[in-house]
Amino acid sequence: MQEELKKKPTRDGAGEALLELGRKNKNVVVLSADLTDSTRAGWFKKEFPERFIGFGVAEQDMLGTASGMALSGKIPFACTFGVFASGRAWDQVRVSVAYMNLNVKIIGTHCGVTVGEDGATHQAIDEIALMRILPNMKVVVPADAIEAYKATMQAAECDGPVYLRLGRQAAPVLTKAEDPFIIGKAVLYRDGKDVTIIACGHSLYEAKKAHEKLKEEGIEARVINLHTPKPIDRKLILAAARETGAIVTVEEHTVLAGMGSAVCEVVSQEYPVPIKMVGIKDVFGESGKSMELLKYFNLATEDVVRAAHEALDAKKHR
Amino acid sequence: MKNKKTTDIRTLKKKAIKIRKDILMMLEKSGSGHTGGSLSLVEILVALYYYKMKHDPRNPGWQGRDRLLLSKGHGCPALYAVLADCGYFPREELWGLRKLGSPLQGHPQLGLQGIEISSGSLGQGLSIANGMALANRIDRINPKIYCIMGDGETNEGQIWEAAMTASHYGLSDVCGIVDFNKLQIDGFCCDVKGLEPYAKKWQSFGWHTLEIDGHDFKALINALDEADKVIDKPKVLIAHTVKGKGVSFIENRVEWHGIAPKKDELEKALTELNEELKKC
Ligand SMILES: Cc1ncc(C[n+]2csc(CCOP(=O)(O)OP(=O)(O)O)c2C)c(N)n1
Repeated sequence: MQEELKKKPTRDGAGEALLELGRKNKNVVVLSADLTDSTRAGWFKKEFPERFIGFGVAEQDMLGTASGMALSGKIPFACTFGVFASGRAWDQVRVSVAYMNLNVKIIGTHCGVTVGEDGATHQAIDEIALMRILPNMKVVVPADAIEAYKATMQAAECDGPVYLRLGRQAAPVLTKAEDPFIIGKAVLYRDGKDVTIIACGHSLYEAKKAHEKLKEEGIEARVINLHTPKPIDRKLILAAARETGAIVTVEEHTVLAGMGSAVCEVVSQEYPVPIKMVGIKDVFGESGKSMELLKYFNLATEDVVRAAHEALDAKKHR
Repeated sequence: MKNKKTTDIRTLKKKAIKIRKDILMMLEKSGSGHTGGSLSLVEILVALYYYKMKHDPRNPGWQGRDRLLLSKGHGCPALYAVLADCGYFPREELWGLRKLGSPLQGHPQLGLQGIEISSGSLGQGLSIANGMALANRIDRINPKIYCIMGDGETNEGQIWEAAMTASHYGLSDVCGIVDFNKLQIDGFCCDVKGLEPYAKKWQSFGWHTLEIDGHDFKALINALDEADKVIDKPKVLIAHTVKGKGVSFIENRVEWHGIAPKKDELEKALTELNEELKKC
């Protein structure tokens, strides 16, 4: 029997945290580029209008202004869709934010293909890459609304720029309020000895279901929640490589330079084992329903299970 | 405020010549860098640092200081020379310009005393200026934020996004200064992408404009003081300048945008500037 999980969008978790931060920390300011309600920045705006700044449709200007506010002691959270925070304003993030190692927190919502019907222009499927290649930048991909809340609270505390990757649709709540969450520290979500599935964001749910399916076949899959692709938790990843000898990565992102690639960078150099990557294969997104798209792009549970079998095969034939 | 204000035009003029000489010597030593757009900036920077701005080289992080953001980061040799002369760092550092390990990077990098922002990718400074002004508004302090842009730089869309933001929020502490030297890399601005009617563009974006000769200290001082009186909107000084100003064979020559003088060229330039100095 499948237990019924509560569902909530990660953007809601972040929105609640922003509100709480507003109450706790007078230096927190929230910026938005005409997507105030969608990004949940509006919840903060309602209670703290004097610390909210709207830009209209001007993401480059928003990131630049965030830089100036950080230089003057504020902790700005710049909110827009992930595609625009990264692609449209990338050079501003690079020069005005990351190069100066400023305390700018970037909230990118509507990430991944599961944003659905809006299609390719609105589906951020490459920004883990765009953000993680920037020196100083931290990249956090919460698995559920609870993690999104914690990640947002911690982003305000930690020094330097942070990119938070969030989703639009209600997603299963997989963690508990009391679970530890530390930016940069991956979580051993399910233990197992045969193969390790490393996932981030919504894909943790697919990893969890794959774990259950594999269990029915007698395969014990370890599941790691790599909610912080950068700075990456080498220790937990290398322990998994050593102890299970095969890895599957799962992300709602292109397999080029994303979370899976970050895992490969660590494993291939320090303890090579077979790796299979589940992700988008160098194509743009498409319109459709969330669940349809997960299947279409081979990001669903059965794809993770298949990849696990392939990884196990490769391990056997080494 | 620890810096001494100078209103004596002769002193300022001499200072400008000294700065020009330093710029040329730095560039010759480094073997590369932006000569034309550094020389056009000199009087603007001298007027700001020796007359207008509240700043303290011994306490560069002082919260109440006025800020100078060099959005056209490639003009940094001029800023470095002025900062060294003010005492932000030893003058010897100037000779390390663009060399490995030097804090005087090819384009300004945060960390060098007196540098307020990293820049070099054109078009980004004005948004940062707005951010500082918005933060200061929350903190109820009002230092002035000066942001120097190139005329060519204002081809960038982000400048106009920022222009709208500043006027929308009535950021009167922001004072843009355009080094309007009529040249960019590909040629004259009017041929590359016409900017006119330039002042009207800024005005229609809600800015108060002042148009002056950017090499005339009296005009600069008056305009900077005049700008203070405008308290309901952002303002921009359109400073008409000459690219390469002060050296006959560099002035108004597009090819001098991104090259440094060679030894013999430096000698010639210094001779010219020394002649000027005698006339002061
Ligand atoms: C975003 C960006 N694009 C291109 C360049 C290369 N570049 C350096 S200076 C320059 C021309 C700038 O012209 P202007 O602002 O008029 O400067 P000035 O003539 O005063 O040197 C260009 C295109 C750059 N630094 N940044």
